[in-house]
Amino acid sequence: MSNPFAERDKRLYGQSYWSPYVCGVILGLTLLFAFYTMGRGLGSSGAFARVTIAATNAVAHQYTAENPYTASYVEGGENPLNDWLIWEVFGVVLGALFGAFVWGRFKGEIARGPNMAAGGRLWLALFGGFLSGWGARLASGCTSGQALTGGGSLAAGSWIFMFCIFGGAYAAAWFLRKEWL
Amino acid sequence: MGPLDKLGLIPEWYGMEIAVLAGFFFGLALERAGFADPRKLVNIFYLRDFAVLRVMFTAIVTCAVGLGVLWAAGLYRMELIYILPTKLTAQIIGGFIIGVGFVVGGYCPTTSVVAAVTGRLDAVVFLLGMCLGVVGFFVPFRLWSGLYEGVQGQILVPEVLGLSWGVTLLLIVVMAACMFMVAAWVEKKINKEDVFAQASG
Repeated sequence: MSNPFAERDKRLYGQSYWSPYVCGVILGLTLLFAFYTMGRGLGSSGAFARVTIAATNAVAHQYTAENPYTASYVEGGENPLNDWLIWEVFGVVLGALFGAFVWGRFKGEIARGPNMAAGGRLWLALFGGFLSGWGARLASGCTSGQALTGGGSLAAGSWIFMFCIFGGAYAAAWFLRKEWL
Repeated sequence: MGPLDKLGLIPEWYGMEIAVLAGFFFGLALERAGFADPRKLVNIFYLRDFAVLRVMFTAIVTCAVGLGVLWAAGLYRMELIYILPTKLTAQIIGGFIIGVGFVVGGYCPTTSVVAAVTGRLDAVVFLLGMCLGVVGFFVPFRLWSGLYEGVQGQILVPEVLGLSWGVTLLLIVVMAACMFMVAAWVEKKINKEDVFAQASG
């Protein structure tokens, strides 16, 4: 399959990827499959919320059961890890490993722009992750759980959410050009 | 007839296999698109590479049109799926913060998983940050519980626009096509090269 972007990918990232349109169709059909079988979409931030809450529950059960946000996750002795999303993210791990293994793309590195120090990049990754984790809890989902799933099922709020992600990112991009360019 | 699970057409324990299978292709699509590399992801915000836009909207169009066709053919009961409720304030603020986190950290949650398992240390740190963000959300939860709980309900785009499903889907397809054309034009200006001309020439 010819990919018009292959040459540029090679130059910018030293890799030839698949066409974004082909990957988009695979992703869209996967989402459609989830809706057709389970009546729900894809996600991932929820799985990490569950892992975090399960860990908190293991060290401080009383607190987890009383906190107004986490209480419902452990109600009646329920295990927060016993959830569809946890298995789905396990599948994501397998799919990513499969792709990287078959096409030989494992790469141990700290990915960043050419003018960025590794240490600074890791602090920014930690902070960016914090923002992402926090924001995804407030909005009850992330780029997949809200934007992709809600976008594909025409949920009005999810479309607004998606445009806000782009808005926030474009607003921040100029300030972080040293990290990437 | 779908959704299979809601109609009781598959045993409950199949859910786990379906989850792993769907996740597998989800992860594979992201890895194959190059989304384990944060430079490929954030380049959309520097107007150099709109791969994120292309993958995202191709996927949304594929799914939305697919659901619409299955529904129109009587093969799908749309009223049985879980429509994400609209909660405007939370979605606007949350979306904006995730957007900032995307450029600061280089990933969104799912792409960080793909990057972490294919060897990127910064993605592992991003995942750790995400877990800390969850703690940072639920510990002082009372401070923003009002923001979190304000829900407008399950509202669909066709309802907001006052259009039928068919017309809405057509609009989305046209919008995606327009965005892809603008993206190609911007890339050409910024990178000073025409990938489509090179590919065919």
